[in-house]
Amino acid sequence: MKLITHNMLTSNIIKGVKNGFPLKIIASKVEEKEVDFNPEFTARMIPKIDWQALRQAAADLGKPNSLPEAVADQYEENVDFLKQTHHVLMELEVIEGELVCPESGRKFPVSNGIPNMLLKEDEV
Amino acid sequence: MSAPMVNSCVNSMKSILIHFAHEHVDFRLAELASILKLFKITTCLPDQNGFSPFLKLDLPSLDCAQQIASRAVLIKSVYELWAQGKTHKELNESLSKLPAKFLDPYITSGDTYKFQVTSFNKKIPPKRKLEIIENLPHEVLAFEGRVDLKNHQHAYHIIEDYGSNMGKPTKEPEQVFFAKWIADGQRDKINEFHLQKRHFIANTSMDAALSMIMANLAKVGPNMVVLDPFVGSGSLLVSAAAKGAYVMGTDIDYLLLHAKSRPSRCNMKKRQSDESVYSNLHQYGLEKHFLDVLVADASKPHMWREQTFYDAIITDPPYGIREGAKKIDFNPTLSLTDEQRNGGTHIAQRTEYHLSDIFRDLLNFAARYLHVNGRLVYWFPVQLHTYAEGNIPSHPCLRLVHNCEQKLNSKVGRRLITMEKVCEFNDDMQDAKLAVDHFQEASFRDMYFSESSVLKEKLTQARSRPLKSAPQNDLEVNKRPQNDLELNKQPQNDLELCKQPQNDLVESRRDFSEDGVNDKLSQLNLK
Repeated sequence: MKLITHNMLTSNIIKGVKNGFPLKIIASKVEEKEVDFNPEFTARMIPKIDWQALRQAAADLGKPNSLPEAVADQYEENVDFLKQTHHVLMELEVIEGELVCPESGRKFPVSNGIPNMLLKEDEV
Repeated sequence: MSAPMVNSCVNSMKSILIHFAHEHVDFRLAELASILKLFKITTCLPDQNGFSPFLKLDLPSLDCAQQIASRAVLIKSVYELWAQGKTHKELNESLSKLPAKFLDPYITSGDTYKFQVTSFNKKIPPKRKLEIIENLPHEVLAFEGRVDLKNHQHAYHIIEDYGSNMGKPTKEPEQVFFAKWIADGQRDKINEFHLQKRHFIANTSMDAALSMIMANLAKVGPNMVVLDPFVGSGSLLVSAAAKGAYVMGTDIDYLLLHAKSRPSRCNMKKRQSDESVYSNLHQYGLEKHFLDVLVADASKPHMWREQTFYDAIITDPPYGIREGAKKIDFNPTLSLTDEQRNGGTHIAQRTEYHLSDIFRDLLNFAARYLHVNGRLVYWFPVQLHTYAEGNIPSHPCLRLVHNCEQKLNSKVGRRLITMEKVCEFNDDMQDAKLAVDHFQEASFRDMYFSESSVLKEKLTQARSRPLKSAPQNDLEVNKRPQNDLELNKQPQNDLELCKQPQNDLVESRRDFSEDGVNDKLSQLNLK
């Protein structure tokens, strides 16, 4: 699971949960996979990203200082900033671990890089 | 008809001749219209073009024609139309009237060229082709360059159309065109992306041509984000990624996404561990366009943060024939130990996901998560004689743009629905609605199986079969002894099949295909 995906995921599917974002990541295996840098795509994604959640996610993966505190001004032209963001969004992958609902503590397993967001019958 | 085609109009529009491929006829104009939208090309398209594979079009420039050809799967070639006529005589007259101002650059350039005779709906013998070329008005087409059949800079086509007689060629061509070749469409991509060569396929993988058509209808382009909420083996995502989009998929089938489900290819005992949507993209060098796949229930949209994240949603929901549609329903009486809950030993029970609900949920999801101008493209299975336009669900945010029919047999078909988000979503909006529920009377599965009397008979036989049938009583088994073995090896399957005779049919039909017998279901990739 890439952090761009994590940034979009919530646990609001659980019955009664209202603020299931961001999910806390407990990772037992993280991989860095090189993905071709595409500045246009990265710049396009930035307005959709919850920046603080992304920083927290990077910290959860043991990379606390990989992003600046806030989105850079005129980030479209700031190649260094776009590269940093690209790295965190697209290249850090949770292979094994768990995503934890911030409200209920419910855990969603990630195995083989694929999160399992299915619920049990009494949770939906 | 015999007037010169070029420079006859005051504006600088170019006369273009499009030669469509003669398949998926109902999809051709829709694909072309979507590609025009994608490249923001303005021109007038007719509402209908019938069965004719030829379409004349005025385009602002020849570059536009190149752009169209760079995407269209259902276009064989795009030409600059120079002249046309009902007969060769008319064509030649029309060619003679071409203004010198238009012709001169080609005449004097000295570029190499060739003439080629192309025909639709009739094979022309080489001798006749030569005759046609010899009879051209060579005093007008006096190109100074030399003829080069292999490495020419320009190809001039004389195109004869023997169409429109309900499939039978007419005696004489109905119309003849003289046109300069600009570009070929994407027909060769169909082979390049053919499912036979695909690393990971599932039972209902979408064939390459239709996947690419879907990406075109969805106006998928570079740097977009595309979602398939019933991703399966990801064939639709492959075609979207090939257009430069970044792709995401979800599916409720844990085993499939983890390459642990039953293999879909014949002669394969189990899936290879690296069979995945990622590996399918990797196969074509598209892995950088892979975002993620998730095991998730498509009936629960709130898994995603409130945010218009997607530029396009393309999907082929399960129709309940080869792949059952599933979701997880609320059950308040369930009691699980912590071990079961967190240790993964309890698998949530999946219940039928009614087709009408799938489509309603899909539209509600698209209305919420698509960008404005983003498109939702999905397949909608129908019984041909009961289908009416009111069966297509609607949502205040979404406008129906295209509705193309693919017949699967004489009774059932499916329609490829293209919808565009036309306004921002808000919570006060009404949910997706169905004027008439197409699946109210019967599921598509029942429609499908009640349609064929042969199948009906088989169904009755299967139902009347005793629970523990000895293999020799089994009709299917008698016909194909190798299955006998399989049944003996797995007696529990036999039991299950007897309990669910409909499944039996599907299973046995799949076996037919594995035996190499022509199987309609797998041929058509019916879900």
